[in-house]
Amino acid sequence: MAITFSKAAVFEAEAEKATARRHRLLSLPALVIIGVFGVLPLLIILIYSFLAAAPYGGVQWKFSTDAYLNFLFQRDIFDDTLQFTPDFLIIYLRSFLFAVVTTIICLLLGFPTAYFMATRPPAQRNWWVLLMTIPFWSNLLVRTLAIMFIIRDEGLINNALMALGVIEKPITMLYTNFAIQLGLLYSFLPFMVLPLYSSLEKLDFRLVEAAYDLYATRRQVLWRVIIPLSLPGIIAGCLLVFIPALGAYVTPLILGGGIHLMIGDLIAQQFGSGRNWPLGCAQALILMAAVLVALYFYVRNTSGKMRHG
Amino acid sequence: MADPRSADIKDQPGFRSIAIICLCVLYAPILILMIFSLNTGSLVTRWEGIGFGWYGSALLNQEFHNAAKNTLIISVTATIISTIAATLAAIGMTRVKPWPGLSAAFMVINLPLMVPEIITAVATLSFFALIAGTLGLNFGIGNLILAHTVFCIPFAYMPIRARLEDMDLTLEAAAADLYATPWHAFRRITLPLLVPGVLSGGALAFIVSFDDFTITQLVAGPGQTTLPLYIWNQIRRPMTPEINAISTILLLVSILFVSISFLIARRRAK
Repeated sequence: MAITFSKAAVFEAEAEKATARRHRLLSLPALVIIGVFGVLPLLIILIYSFLAAAPYGGVQWKFSTDAYLNFLFQRDIFDDTLQFTPDFLIIYLRSFLFAVVTTIICLLLGFPTAYFMATRPPAQRNWWVLLMTIPFWSNLLVRTLAIMFIIRDEGLINNALMALGVIEKPITMLYTNFAIQLGLLYSFLPFMVLPLYSSLEKLDFRLVEAAYDLYATRRQVLWRVIIPLSLPGIIAGCLLVFIPALGAYVTPLILGGGIHLMIGDLIAQQFGSGRNWPLGCAQALILMAAVLVALYFYVRNTSGKMRHG
Repeated sequence: MADPRSADIKDQPGFRSIAIICLCVLYAPILILMIFSLNTGSLVTRWEGIGFGWYGSALLNQEFHNAAKNTLIISVTATIISTIAATLAAIGMTRVKPWPGLSAAFMVINLPLMVPEIITAVATLSFFALIAGTLGLNFGIGNLILAHTVFCIPFAYMPIRARLEDMDLTLEAAAADLYATPWHAFRRITLPLLVPGVLSGGALAFIVSFDDFTITQLVAGPGQTTLPLYIWNQIRRPMTPEINAISTILLLVSILFVSISFLIARRRAK
């Protein structure tokens, strides 16, 4: 009897193991697709960045660190010495600045918006969420185009101001830094609002009530209760804005007009007219490193939060 | 200052105005773009009268037809493949005993969300150039389908996983008590309950594929123009309100699918 029982137990354990194995196999197709067509390409650009450029695009299979040297230096054609050329570095710093300003302004506008949404009655709240979700998923190219139509020399703003007699000549807004900054804010504002909302929605308002009972002012409640409690949402929102803003491609392409570049256009250029794939790969990997640093801070912050409860 | 409890304790001064301003700022440009698609004049910015003329000329345009056909082939195929793969992965990775490599697998699934699109774009371009150069492999429009499937998987995965996590485990246990085999329990209990998550995920996968510009622009070969690429080609020519009409169609498709996904998700919450 005891023997059959243990046999049954062994059999059951075996069956369970087999089920677990089958379960694991289910995730295989997704992992293979992303592994082959998503992860492998990243390894390929890592290899490409250490190869020499072929004259008409593509690479030559010859080890070279030129791509990384070219990021900061240019070889003098006459005496073959390396000269420090900060052009690319400046574009990276500019992009960083654009992304930081975008993140800060999105947070300043997005936090009150998300908080207001989260404190509406449920029926109204659903409408607000839908209204914020639509721009989140709408075509970025089309939304950027909409901004372009408005700020063009013959666009709505200039036409209106001229009709009112405020200005005589149109103010040039398109293809300026202002246009890029405006486009980035417009593109990524919903990316800030939605994660903030989902964190504020779970806020325990009994804590707010308790703070008022202890004679806190509205401002104190905001800064010492609501904001600290929604910090995970704030960090997530900032990251969701900062990363795509840093690598933005469509916005500077359309609103910067190829005059004011960001990292995204710079990388794409090496694969197009620049015909220097290794340099483009190196530039992409340097951007990736910046993103990983941002993600590292995120992971460190959130895991710290969890430890402290 | 008045006693804060005289009003709703949740209110903060000025937040309502900021929220309304944000909403207006987000919608005004889109609405203006849509309104100008009804302009009968041939200038993008001068209003002459209301009519659907530019929709007619867009819909009769052969280039638009080709772009729409390519877009649908790519996004429908990518949506089907990615939704099936994401559903299987969600079943294999949710509510199971943690298996070695589970967190790594989770990271791989979410990778396309963390890498900036431009990096994915040039990496995919390099990858397809490499296999075309060394192995002589070129899948034609399949290149774009594969590239889209990769970034569609995490978007399809999220709602399906959420649905699985919310699911009532006692139903499956009850089925097992009534001598249902694991397959039967899955087929008759889990799968029907999973359908809303799958539809919601599929709708999101379709939108991100339908709207993609960056990756498509770099990976697309000649003759593989999609609707976003068609719009980009139009921007570089003298513009007519036809571009507004096409943009409006694209926006309406996004709005439709977001609303579908949203309504399905809300029904679940009830």
